[in-house]
Amino acid sequence: MDFSSFLLMRHEIILLAVILLLVVAEVSISNAKKSSVVHLAIFLFGIHTIVGFFKIDYGSLFGGMFQTNELIHFFKNVLNIGVLILLLQSGDWLEEKIIQQQRGTEFFILLFSSLLGMYFMISAGDFLMFYLGLELSTLPVAALAAFEVTKRISSESGIKLILSAALASGVSLFGISMLYATTGSIYFAEISEAITASNLTILGFVLFFAGLGFKISLVPFHFWTADVYEGAPISIASYLSVISKGAAVFILMILLFTVLKPLMHIWENILYGVAIITMFIGNLFALRQQNMKRFLAFSSIAQAGFILLGLITGNQLGTTTVVYFVLIYIFSNLAAFGVVQAISLKTGKENMSDYEGLYRTNPNLSLVMMLALFSLAGIPPVAGFFGKFFLFTAAASKGYYLLVFLAVVNVTISLYYYLLVIRAMFLRKSDNAIPYFKSKIYMKLGLLITAVGILVIGLYSPLYDYIHELSKSVF
Amino acid sequence: MSIDYIILIPIIPFLVFLLLGIFHKRIKPAVSGYVGVFGLLASAMLSFYAAYQYFFVSGKVYGVYQTFTEKSVWMNFTDTLHIDMGILIDPISVMMLVVVSVVSLMVHIYSRGYMKGDEGYTKFFAFLGLFTFSMYGLVLATNLFQIYIFWELVGVSSYLLIGYYYTKTSAIAAAKKAFIVTRFADFGFLIGIMIIGYYTGTFDFETLNNPEGSAIMNWAATSFMGLSVITWALIFIFIGGAGKSAMFPLHIWLPDAMEGPTPVSALIHAATMVVAGVFLVARLFPMFYFVEDGFALNIVAYVGAFSALFAAIIAITQTDIKRVLAFSTMSQLGYMMLALGVSGYEGHDGVGYMASMFHLFTHAMFKALLFLGAGSVIHAVHSNYLKDMGGLRKYMPITNITFLIAALAIAGVPPLAGFWSKDEILVAAFEHNKLIYYVGVFVAGLTAFYMFRLYFGIFWGKDTAYEHKPKESPLSMTFPLLVLAVLSIVGGLIPFSEFVTADKAGFEAHLNYPLAAIATGVGIIGIVLAWVFYKKENSLSDKYANAFGPLYKWACDKFYFDEIYMFVTKKIIFKRVSAPIAKFDKQIVDGTMEGIGNKTVVISKKIKGIQSGKVQDYAFAFVAGVVVVALVFIYLWTN
Repeated sequence: MDFSSFLLMRHEIILLAVILLLVVAEVSISNAKKSSVVHLAIFLFGIHTIVGFFKIDYGSLFGGMFQTNELIHFFKNVLNIGVLILLLQSGDWLEEKIIQQQRGTEFFILLFSSLLGMYFMISAGDFLMFYLGLELSTLPVAALAAFEVTKRISSESGIKLILSAALASGVSLFGISMLYATTGSIYFAEISEAITASNLTILGFVLFFAGLGFKISLVPFHFWTADVYEGAPISIASYLSVISKGAAVFILMILLFTVLKPLMHIWENILYGVAIITMFIGNLFALRQQNMKRFLAFSSIAQAGFILLGLITGNQLGTTTVVYFVLIYIFSNLAAFGVVQAISLKTGKENMSDYEGLYRTNPNLSLVMMLALFSLAGIPPVAGFFGKFFLFTAAASKGYYLLVFLAVVNVTISLYYYLLVIRAMFLRKSDNAIPYFKSKIYMKLGLLITAVGILVIGLYSPLYDYIHELSKSVF
Repeated sequence: MSIDYIILIPIIPFLVFLLLGIFHKRIKPAVSGYVGVFGLLASAMLSFYAAYQYFFVSGKVYGVYQTFTEKSVWMNFTDTLHIDMGILIDPISVMMLVVVSVVSLMVHIYSRGYMKGDEGYTKFFAFLGLFTFSMYGLVLATNLFQIYIFWELVGVSSYLLIGYYYTKTSAIAAAKKAFIVTRFADFGFLIGIMIIGYYTGTFDFETLNNPEGSAIMNWAATSFMGLSVITWALIFIFIGGAGKSAMFPLHIWLPDAMEGPTPVSALIHAATMVVAGVFLVARLFPMFYFVEDGFALNIVAYVGAFSALFAAIIAITQTDIKRVLAFSTMSQLGYMMLALGVSGYEGHDGVGYMASMFHLFTHAMFKALLFLGAGSVIHAVHSNYLKDMGGLRKYMPITNITFLIAALAIAGVPPLAGFWSKDEILVAAFEHNKLIYYVGVFVAGLTAFYMFRLYFGIFWGKDTAYEHKPKESPLSMTFPLLVLAVLSIVGGLIPFSEFVTADKAGFEAHLNYPLAAIATGVGIIGIVLAWVFYKKENSLSDKYANAFGPLYKWACDKFYFDEIYMFVTKKIIFKRVSAPIAKFDKQIVDGTMEGIGNKTVVISKKIKGIQSGKVQDYAFAFVAGVVVVALVFIYLWTN
């Protein structure tokens, strides 16, 4: 191993450099000009995102603790795009915050640290690296959830997240230790050879699964979701529901499909049950929500249930469809959260009833929201439809007809409450509708990218083919 | 034959939609009306040219109409299954192009008058463009996946059009109902598509429909619960079609959808979107026919026959003229379905298929005419209800005459269009299934009766004292009426059986005189009865309504169908499932902070103290979940 092998970690190294640069900037820029850190951070992260697309070698480092392949690399880029959009959407908010309160630059440092944790998590080659990545990805987010120090509900949200997360990762670690006890190794490659179904491995697996289930907010590990989303700043709710969930889904998929493949006859049954209750609980709770953040929280729980339909297949088609779905989901959910943020930023309003008559005053925002919700509901021809259709087909091709049928029922339920929002915006009249306002350039750009993504990703088929090609590297 | 230019037919309305949608604030209403009309005129011209080329010049090779496709692989879903995008030209798609073009063009012209001065005039034309585009895309689709995308687009754009009158709460509810009900059905369709894709390895219509192809030959390969999986798939697909075509019991959205603007009803609920279900079954007809000896096709036949009868009975009792027409549409769609259901495949045996398409064609003309005529009446008297009308023949001569023509056509009076197509349907039913034939004849009588009840009620009957004297609609509205009236008269003379048949070879159809005489006789009896009851204002109809008492009331309330639905959804799902869950969420998951917190400050403060403690509850649930899952699986999979 020579020095150049470190370049395999290019993503991690550059992101770390960005973090360090921001620390320096934080210290050296005077308080009066602090808000310029926002531009700097977005600029640097933009460069990082672009550099991520350049070709790179694949391989493993540190005796197999760290590994990359084409799909992992691609997924890191996906996460980058998501975070970039998120930064654009929250740029204005942060700028304002920093000017008002003379603080807030730590937002980027914490956020990027969490992202760095996710890189390590999805590149992990053993359970130690995996666990470190998991922790690094969670802890800074708890601090971010409590970012609005003047708001009690925000601190509460931070506390809830950190307590729940601590429990989850503790349980997960316990599970990992049991897997170690039965297989005698923490390296993925060795575990997959030694693992067999015994009581202890099953218990270990379930405990481990609970930890990731927490991040993906699968039922019954989802309780924190709505409370935390409601209290946390919208960017962070958005981050949790999109980036954090996406990364956890990805690593869960890699582990299930490779390391834990010998246990497939067990985990497919677990996923089966969890998928059903997750879809139903998420959807039924979402039906009556009035607060948009809680609404999107339950909707994102339900979406997680749909993702399990792809995970349950355990084959290459499943891999492709899951990654494809997550990519689309990132765009759709970011668009929805972006609109909520834009409105909340200008007016402080977050309830569904506040959205009545929005189309007449802010047609563009409502159109983006409509696209996002149609995409989440899976209505053709927007991208969400393709994502769901392929997921369902993947599950159907393994013979899970009942599961697909239940999923389809759930899609219909979900359509009902997504339409509630659309109805409020387009078909309802209101005397005190949110007045017309103009968002700033970052927000506009952030929303535009998501809207274009929702329209194009589904129809641009080479993307699917490309992911299909990449997913071969998992097996 | 070159079919490249056909792609322009859907693209033009789409461009109109984009143009009007993006610049709707900057375009003057007068201009947007013209943009819509001329855009569609161009599409219509291309459609007519395509029809001419196909049917008369280059479509036929050795006496058989060929299928032309232009497609490219859009996505390789797996190594074997790929999804294409493209256009498919065969007799039914060309016929549908003509139907959609004619009706849509007429509706565009008509809307210029009808919607004049309306707030969202430009937006309305934009939605019309979107709808027309989707409908063209639907009929041209080359495979199941593509048709499904346009199928949903049609649904979305009709949702927007029905909800167009968004100040009316009933319109909003109706739009949502239409969308949700058809979506439920669409998921049946989706499941059907998945099964087909998985078991046959293709979505492509040409491959699927090939009678010697593997999809049809190997239908028996896998079975599920006593039926071939392919049959199941077809049943699911039919559920999708039944939702769009308002077949029993998925019809409940159609009457409510009448809340939308009347031109929309003419376009969507008479001529185009609602026939998509019929079109879908026709599109997959070889599969329906050959797989498992037409098991799925039998279902189509009986559902169609029942819907035809059911809707015709309800139509008699309705007092809102648009609702009468809505139930009438449902009934006629039932006719088309039953005709497909009793059809054979080759030569004259396939008369049902031909008749179904024929009826689709003629029905589009006279039903659009009826709706537009009704719109003209509503425009004049500002009411939807029969009680507010009467004696209008004096004020609205053109509407009167055209409405009469349409009513005669739908009643099956020779030589108008409806006579010919309905006769072929009854012939097909007579040859294949006597029970369905009798139902069909009875419905023919009912149709004549309720249609003339409507006609006499509007244009004859009592002399209503109008506050404002009703006057004939402007030319932009009467012109389409006249055009459609001409088509309703001559449309039946087209020798359809030479052009559109199941095996595409064409055959010579002859009028079956005894059957035609019976059907016509029954129709005339219906008209005469209506004349006795309704021509002059009298109490005869009420007397009979009283005599039939409960039955009449039962039919009048649409057999309480909506109530049953409401009971299941509102009472059971909402109250018993959703409301408790929401309560649970509010009180236990959400913490009691909000619920009780507002009531007393004291309690509130205490609860705020407990609030963060709720994390313990979460933690408990978390651990309990883990333990339960672990125990269950250890127990089940290692013992």
